[in-house]
Amino acid sequence: MGSPCLKTVGAPSLEELRNSPAFPKSEDFMRGPIAVIECIEEIPCNPCETSCRKGAIVIGDPITNLPRIDFEKCIGCGICVAACPGLAIYIKDYTYSDEEARISFPYEYLPLPQKGDVVQLIGRTGEMVCSGTVIGMQNSRQNDRTTIVTVAYPKNFFDEVISMKRIKNKS
Amino acid sequence: MNSFPIVVIGAGPAGLSAAIEAAKAGAKVLVIDENLKPGGQLFKQIHKFFGSRVHKAGVRGMDIGRQLLEETKNLGIEVWLDTEVCGIDQTKNIWAIRNKDTSVNIRAEKVIVASGATENAVRFPGWTLPGVMGAGAAQTMINTNHVLPGKKILMVGSGNVGVIVSYQLLQAGAEVVGIIEAAPQLGGYGVHTAKVRRAGVPFYTAHTIKRAMGDHCVAGAEIVGLDAGWNPIPGTEKVLKIDTICLATGLTPLTELAWIAGCEFTYIPELGGHVPIHDLHMESTVKGIYIAGDISGVEEASTAMEEGRLAGISAAADLGCYTAEEKRKRTLEIWDHLNALRCGQFGQKRRDAKDRILAVGKEMISWAVHV
Repeated sequence: MGSPCLKTVGAPSLEELRNSPAFPKSEDFMRGPIAVIECIEEIPCNPCETSCRKGAIVIGDPITNLPRIDFEKCIGCGICVAACPGLAIYIKDYTYSDEEARISFPYEYLPLPQKGDVVQLIGRTGEMVCSGTVIGMQNSRQNDRTTIVTVAYPKNFFDEVISMKRIKNKS
Repeated sequence: MNSFPIVVIGAGPAGLSAAIEAAKAGAKVLVIDENLKPGGQLFKQIHKFFGSRVHKAGVRGMDIGRQLLEETKNLGIEVWLDTEVCGIDQTKNIWAIRNKDTSVNIRAEKVIVASGATENAVRFPGWTLPGVMGAGAAQTMINTNHVLPGKKILMVGSGNVGVIVSYQLLQAGAEVVGIIEAAPQLGGYGVHTAKVRRAGVPFYTAHTIKRAMGDHCVAGAEIVGLDAGWNPIPGTEKVLKIDTICLATGLTPLTELAWIAGCEFTYIPELGGHVPIHDLHMESTVKGIYIAGDISGVEEASTAMEEGRLAGISAAADLGCYTAEEKRKRTLEIWDHLNALRCGQFGQKRRDAKDRILAVGKEMISWAVHV
């Protein structure tokens, strides 16, 4: 299957991702918020394509094609983030501020964080990367119970961060 | 004697889809299920499904279950729950036990068997201790009954069932201490393994379980590394402190009723073992008996629903509810949906296996009309 890290560690390596057609190049990240799709295996699935109102994501026929994104069209709206059954899409914005980048990722655990919380941000193998501040929560009807959490975090950890460490239940 | 033009056995995704298609065509349908609730395994599938829009991709399995029940109700389909089918003869007389106490006979013109599958167990010292269970059983406990089977879980098997149930155990508040996989590579979709990996769950490829530890219930597990010939490597043993062992080691089609009814079988290991031979319309080697879903080879709910539709359309058409042309058109349309789900690096193997069943079916089912 040609993806040694994904198929042994369980998570894709940055190198595997960079070899996949949808993964943004560093210049794409300079545009502002864009969708990052970490989907590198041919599985029969296309809600990212059908959910995108800008026509930026293309899978086509057969539906096992890997997704491709046109970053000219992607505005980083985040509709695909909750639509992806694999929880494999997040929005990243390198241009958020001078010091900080922004990430919006799907989060399906309880309890939910609150706006303003400082949370631990993690990488693809669950390793702790840095902390960040929750600046937004989105859970519309369309999300169908997949909350999208937006966090601002230091730019020097831009590539590594993909999600947050789960908040321990207080009970 | 009860009499129905079409009797569907099994109210899971395949059976309900079959019943809905047949009823839409105007056929009177009875659905029988041994459980107290309909829906098969759909209501414990709290995750969003894969596929495309025609496969209800992006919708959670439990919500697909609700939609199917709603349609079943709106179409006035009769459903008998707590009814266990014990036998079918070749003239399509069905013997069932209702509410565990009343024996009934049902005369059917067409029978659709959508009986599903059962989880496989692997045997190791300690496997009978309380705390060792099927991954599907653990999923039923957390998502249907809201009971956590344990706090520290070892998952055996990294196929989609193993990784999806691991993720849901995490959501339910358990700790998944590890997922072991005997093969050198993980089995499930990478997006599923990535979800549990980023939650900090370690995978152990080329590992198997050596024994479950504990006197009265599971208190730990010893795992061991495997060499390229799948033999345990002495000295690689590792003890994990866990209280529950979930087995996600495949499923086997529940085929007893098809055997009893006289259906011919073929052996397809990739699809779970012995499966009834069928044609493109899901008709078995016994005229008027159709199969759909996991009984025809273990796949997933999306393919089960499509196969159910095929069987429902086919049974209704064979009763005269559809013209041959309508049947052909609908059948081809559904095969397009099925083929879309059976391609790519995961699906092609299933498609090849399915083609083998159909090839045998072509030889053996003389009346089969090939579309």
